[in-house]
Amino acid sequence: MSLEPQELSDLKSKIGRDPTSTELQIVAAEWSEHCSYKSSKKHLKMLPMTGPLVISEKGYDSGVLDVGDGYVITAHIESHNHPSAVEPYGGAATGVGGVIRDILSAGTRPIAIFDGLRFGDIEKDKQARWLFKNAVTGIADYGNCLGIPTIGGEVEFDECYSNYALVDVAAVGFGKKENLIKNHANKGDLVVLMGGSTGRDGIGGSQFASDSLESEDRSAVQIPDPFIEKLIIEAIIEARNHNLINALKDLGGGGLSCAVSETADTLGIGIEMDVDKVHAREPGMHPDEIMVSESQERMLIITSKQKLKKLQAICKKFNITCSAIGHVTSGNLMHIKKGKKTFANISTDIVANAKLLDRPSKKPAYLKTIQKEKKLKPISNLSKTMMKLISSPNIASKIWVYGQYDHEVGIRTVVKPGRDASVLRLDNGKFLSVKIDGNPKHCYINPREGAIGCFEEACRNVVCTGAKPIGMLDHLQFGNPEDPEIFWTFLESLKGLTDFANFFKIPCIGGKVSLYNETPSGSIKPTPLIGILGLIDKKPLVPQKVESEDYLVIIGKTKDELGGSEYYEYIHKFIGGNCPTVDFKESKKNMDSVLDVIEKGLIKVAHDCSKGGLAIAASEICMTNQIGCQISLDKIPGDKLDSDRILFSESHSRYLLVLEKKNYEQLETILQKQKVPYSIIGKFGGKKIQFTRGKKSIVDLSVDKAQKTWLNSLGELVMHG
Amino acid sequence: MKVGVVVFPGSNCDRDMFHVLTDVFNFDAQYFWHEKGLPQNIDAVILPGGFSYGDRLRAGAIAAHSPVIKDVQKMAEKGIPILGVCNGFQILVESELLPGVLLKNNSLNFMCEWTNLIVENNKTPFTGQFKLKQKIPIPIANGEGRYFVDDNTLKKLKKNNQIVFRYDKIINGSSDRIAGVCNEDGNVVGMMPHPERAVESEINPIDNKPSSLIFESLLSSMGVEN
Repeated sequence: MSLEPQELSDLKSKIGRDPTSTELQIVAAEWSEHCSYKSSKKHLKMLPMTGPLVISEKGYDSGVLDVGDGYVITAHIESHNHPSAVEPYGGAATGVGGVIRDILSAGTRPIAIFDGLRFGDIEKDKQARWLFKNAVTGIADYGNCLGIPTIGGEVEFDECYSNYALVDVAAVGFGKKENLIKNHANKGDLVVLMGGSTGRDGIGGSQFASDSLESEDRSAVQIPDPFIEKLIIEAIIEARNHNLINALKDLGGGGLSCAVSETADTLGIGIEMDVDKVHAREPGMHPDEIMVSESQERMLIITSKQKLKKLQAICKKFNITCSAIGHVTSGNLMHIKKGKKTFANISTDIVANAKLLDRPSKKPAYLKTIQKEKKLKPISNLSKTMMKLISSPNIASKIWVYGQYDHEVGIRTVVKPGRDASVLRLDNGKFLSVKIDGNPKHCYINPREGAIGCFEEACRNVVCTGAKPIGMLDHLQFGNPEDPEIFWTFLESLKGLTDFANFFKIPCIGGKVSLYNETPSGSIKPTPLIGILGLIDKKPLVPQKVESEDYLVIIGKTKDELGGSEYYEYIHKFIGGNCPTVDFKESKKNMDSVLDVIEKGLIKVAHDCSKGGLAIAASEICMTNQIGCQISLDKIPGDKLDSDRILFSESHSRYLLVLEKKNYEQLETILQKQKVPYSIIGKFGGKKIQFTRGKKSIVDLSVDKAQKTWLNSLGELVMHG
Repeated sequence: MKVGVVVFPGSNCDRDMFHVLTDVFNFDAQYFWHEKGLPQNIDAVILPGGFSYGDRLRAGAIAAHSPVIKDVQKMAEKGIPILGVCNGFQILVESELLPGVLLKNNSLNFMCEWTNLIVENNKTPFTGQFKLKQKIPIPIANGEGRYFVDDNTLKKLKKNNQIVFRYDKIINGSSDRIAGVCNEDGNVVGMMPHPERAVESEINPIDNKPSSLIFESLLSSMGVEN
């Protein structure tokens, strides 16, 4: 929990003296990887971050998009991996709390939460099961209490996360453009700390998160209190409505050290504060502890002297403490006192701007051979394989998870969880569609193509609701960046995302980098997670009931791309092979066509093909609607492949559409005109999911049996092992 | 029709309820912070859902001691219609305005899902427009939603026609599948499911008309033509 020798000597030469112990703590927190992004910052600039809808303001912790009619949405993504791996309930819950406060900092009301969870193999590993169960409860207890619906996410299990956990939380806010907080401060303004008391929990949390998880440093885990967070939300919104906030910042990693130094640095001001004025949870805390404590549910507000009384009255109404801890000065120093004694007096420019690094990178040796295919053991009964896949933790329905989240509160949820993407109605009559996606199995085999695949998959999901992607959030999670091979995978993923974002003109509106994700048995697989926000101007495609005689159509090519697929990894226990790649032009053509046919009202359901391939995607439609389907593998567009490969290839850019017979002709005309690869492959009806090739039956399943397995297997695994 | 929506620290369905009352059914609704008294001229009171005081101790236990509850009690005695939804129901039970208790669901988990209610009493101000045994598709979202009464109280509830809603199947282990009850006079009703989440077709995937009757019943009980 300290600076590297080189950093210490840099600090000394910058301030021209030995730092005090408080200064050392402050700088160590702020220069940690977690707060400073020192390994990644130089490279992140390659991502496109502007666009016609993007609103940039000083000091925001969340991205802002203009959705028209005077309204904006805000969005951000965070992770809480290290704490969740030690204490999953508190770690996951405080992860929700942190990202919610980022949304609140812009002056917008949080309206939705999304969570991406990753653990070890829960079938074999009891600890992974325990981590999973408690992380879900932590998110549920926190989000439910706040009254913010958790409406989407994803869960994945992979041995690379054994003894570890990735808990990613994204949040979306909504508000009037005129109510956005325009951060500013004048000399003499007051610095106010609002919310929970400052205690000894979470001391050094950001350094903890910037190191490998070798020892369990329990004091670094924060304690959640959603009730206080709820009161803070209401108090901040009331204060905002009365125009009492000049500037606002959430206290997250690095606690007061980061909030004070970053606010001062962004606004070009100095701040003088007295740690004795900070409402503490226990007496006798040292200034160092107060400055780096990561106690939760705290906000830093800059207000003017004459507004303080009104702000205090609002806090009193909600029974939350607010303390005036300091004031704004001219210059750029953060001056930390205890009573009259100075403990730190240092330029915020130095504190908030760690020296950025240019880490070396090298292509990992394992990539030379990983894409090599292997001769698979032939499978005689693909129906059995299908049932096994349907019950596998990565493919089984996640209803056990989202059934514990209040996904209706706020009465905006038009398309509920469990579909491709969730859709919220907005006050201006438009709709927001959101999805987060990751795929470490693909990213491990090909960091660049895998990352692009995550991006495209999240886009496909929002497209399936009729939404046009307008913004992206990225969360880049990798192992130790000091290892050149790991850093190479980080750079490759980032380059891939940049290329896709540029081609599709989807700006990155926010993100997060989480490094040092190491487990006792090594680094995690590269795990970029992509969140896509899509906007629907008129009407979303709410999946309609599929009925007998409806047609099933596939769009996009099925290729020999099974590397990283559930079929290879779960059934054949083989890690390697051809990773799916995205042809940008084809991707765009397919996306545009699907949006077009949705807008024309021709289809009942659109569903993307991803994990488990065509076989699972088609079965999901059947199981959700409790109806059978007879599907022929004879005319699937793409490579000529064996039946198992057609069924389970995870090629991108593919969609399944369900439509009434009477709309088929019109659909065909549009798809032909746009030269999209498509084929009518099945007809719904009966109680069986059947795949045939020629006259041969390949798969034959009872819908009822498959549905029961799909819905119950994850819950049963968690509850009974 | 003036309807008061009581807001406690931690209420989180207050704005949803307010929207439905004003924008969907044209009530004259007003928020009342729990520390403020309720004025005399109010025609109905709604206690919305949420996590008052973070569900500390027991759901609704602390809110039941809020200053506003005294006024709610007085209004209940006067026969003014009072509806508690989810946490509002828990508060009414904890204030002893309604019988029974609400325990953790059998699954021990928070449950958010769509379910069906059966109307068992259509004589309350919130159910007058229903046919007996009418089905209402509606979502629940609670962790402590299992209604429990002892056998004697259950007999009394049945005798006095105090069971207002039942679930159509066993979902959380509540006594006699009870989802909502009323006081002996019938003017105070508590229910675990969320009618405010079910009255707009845009967000109701099944049928929004049945749940709308809860609000239309209130309108008609006050003699307002719909």
